[in-house]
Amino acid sequence: MIDIKNLKVSVEDKDIIKGLNLKINKGEVHAIMGPNGSGKSTLSYALSGKEGYEAEGEINYNGENILELNTEERAQKGIFLAFQYPIEIPGVFTNNFLRTSLNAVRKAKGEKELNAVEFLNLVKEKSQKLKIDKEMLSRPLNVGFSGGEKKRNEILQMSLLEPNFIIMDETDSGLDIDALKIVSNGVNAMRSPERSFLIITHYQRLLNYIKPDFVHVFSDGKIVESGDWKLALELENDGYAKFVS
Amino acid sequence: MSASDEIIQQYQDRSEYDHGFVTDIDTIEVPKGLSEETIRFISKQKKEPQWMLDWRLNAYNRLQKMEEPDWQKPKYPKINYQDLYYYSAPKSFKDGPKSLDEIDPEIKKTYDKLGIPLEEQKRLSGVAVDAVFDSVSVATTFKDKLKEIGVIFCSISEATREHPELVKKYLGSVIPVTDHFFATLNSAVFTDGSFVYIPPGVRCPMELSTYFRINAQNTGQFERTLIIADKDSYVSYLEGCTAPMRDENQLHAANVELVALDGAEIKYSTVQNWYPGDKEGKGGIYNFVTKRGDCRGKNSKISWTQVETGSAITWKYPSCILRGDNSQGEFYSVAITNNFQKADTGTKMIHLGKNTKSKIISKGISAGQADNTYRGLVSVHPKATGSKNFTQCDSLLVGNKCGAHTVPYIENKNSSSEVEHEATTSKISDDQLFYCRQRGLNQEEAVSLIVNGFCKEVLQQLPMEFAVEAQKLVGISLEGSVG
Ligand SMILES: Nc1ncnc2c1ncn2[C@@H]1O[C@H](COP(=O)(O)OP(=O)(O)OP(=O)(O)O)[C@@H](O)[C@H]1O
Ligand SMILES: [Mg+2]
Repeated sequence: MIDIKNLKVSVEDKDIIKGLNLKINKGEVHAIMGPNGSGKSTLSYALSGKEGYEAEGEINYNGENILELNTEERAQKGIFLAFQYPIEIPGVFTNNFLRTSLNAVRKAKGEKELNAVEFLNLVKEKSQKLKIDKEMLSRPLNVGFSGGEKKRNEILQMSLLEPNFIIMDETDSGLDIDALKIVSNGVNAMRSPERSFLIITHYQRLLNYIKPDFVHVFSDGKIVESGDWKLALELENDGYAKFVS
Repeated sequence: MSASDEIIQQYQDRSEYDHGFVTDIDTIEVPKGLSEETIRFISKQKKEPQWMLDWRLNAYNRLQKMEEPDWQKPKYPKINYQDLYYYSAPKSFKDGPKSLDEIDPEIKKTYDKLGIPLEEQKRLSGVAVDAVFDSVSVATTFKDKLKEIGVIFCSISEATREHPELVKKYLGSVIPVTDHFFATLNSAVFTDGSFVYIPPGVRCPMELSTYFRINAQNTGQFERTLIIADKDSYVSYLEGCTAPMRDENQLHAANVELVALDGAEIKYSTVQNWYPGDKEGKGGIYNFVTKRGDCRGKNSKISWTQVETGSAITWKYPSCILRGDNSQGEFYSVAITNNFQKADTGTKMIHLGKNTKSKIISKGISAGQADNTYRGLVSVHPKATGSKNFTQCDSLLVGNKCGAHTVPYIENKNSSSEVEHEATTSKISDDQLFYCRQRGLNQEEAVSLIVNGFCKEVLQQLPMEFAVEAQKLVGISLEGSVG
């Protein structure tokens, strides 16, 4: 699915990712853990093609190096980023945003765009599963949403767009215990042999619900250790000291 | 190139002006420059009664002692009024407006191309159109049908001949002849525009609209529109405007007067898309317009909605005089400026009667190197007890080189009245664009979505027929179809 080779990323002339190699096969779930400021969000932006993130190396996605593709081209090809800090857009109703986004992606894939009724039925079904109040969807996008509501809204978008490669940047931060379960169930329901996940988190707890195939320790712009889910337990007990020089 | 630079680029590339063609047509010979001769010529062309000519000449005499104002933010090179033409009409028009089937095919084609077919059967059944081409009204549709219920909808020129008692009574009663330089100039040389009279108790069943087209070169367009809603009547009126792309600036100086008597309501909407000039700021229309509504009767209401996307300079303050007790004034505005366009626009709400209410919602969007000023006056007179105003002025900036300014003037001379003013300035951020694009929207769609969300409150005020055009203009898909 995704094969990252010797990726280097700088922002405003500051080197942040310093030679990253990571291969994620179809159907796999990888978790990345690492100290604050180590470059995890930067990696998520570089993978989704944010402007201002100068990247070199290779990001091969389904066999194609996507380094030169812009943000929306990558998104339309099925790369999805659940933001650590979802952005507020005043004036734009959440429902309208969701439909515009879904139809843009469907159009790019050559699928039929959904009319208002079809969309409402779909969004109703998906939001009920995530216990999202429909009143929230008729408010401006993320404006005045609580931290947890914003995160749930990200997962709703993920389940509507049905992407192939999903990056979740600290989706668990800010979720209460019940919401964490609901969101994890939502993610698990989407796991399939055709879909891969890269989950960035600080807490092993999430990985109890969403069991990763691999866990990587990220430090100073590189992966410094990889293992299975037990590595997360180890980190929870001992911290990063052992891996960070 | 940063994300916002790129949007500006895209906006500029995309904004090739669709209506910039010129209709090749023979026009009649006219005298050049501003003079008594020109005024007599115009009056004669319009077959006006003597009193109308006298009215014009009076304005012309007063004009001699007046000076062009220059307090506005957008400055422009001095206009040489002796170098302009004040009248332009197609040769085929010589004998006055004809029936719809007799209109010059070239002119018909022009309106077809603009998406305004003049044949009644091709029109949306709910909209009647008065088509003004340079200085003359070339056609008015559904006139007869409206006449059946007593509604008068015709050109102002026709009204001076056919309905002199109404014109005499109301023309200049809202905007006095000597109000200010451009209003006086217009009073002297006005050419065409629409006249509407709605009789008592009638709710006009159709949207009435005027479509202004400037075609001729070196010609000023001096529109004059007068709308009277008699007791307990209602009318919704819309106007649209386009012009060819030309290298020199052209002047459109209009006077629009609205009168609402007891219990009457007038809803006046504008979608202004005059040629804005090119990317370097060359050419474009100077849109210097005086629009004023008089809520003369008790419980009357006047509502202005404007979507201003064109013109090199837009300079106008559609206003309401809230004279009748319990009368209401509203002003909803979207002003978009791009490249080197400039806008200095807003409203005046003059509260004279008791318990009068006004509401101002202004959305200014600035991109490129454009400059956008909201200027508004809310004045509550000592006798206007229990009056209320609410003003919301929001500015949205696209890029770093544009400007937005808010200049509210508030004079509240009545302690029982409330005046409330809110203002915000925001910018489309790179993070907002990134978020939208990560969800599959391209940059242009992302900007459209955000801009549309920003001015939704105003666009919702437009009648459906115009909302579609406005939405196309702003480059946006209208919200509200979902949720
Ligand atoms: N625009 C920028 N200009 C300069 N430095 C930046 C910029 N963006 C990020 N950085 C720096 O890059 C480093 C990595 O930031 P990043 O957000 O990727 O960390 P993170 O691993 O996601 O941290 P956290 O766990 O706190 O979310 C930080 O030191 C940050 O200050
Ligand atoms: Mg982060």
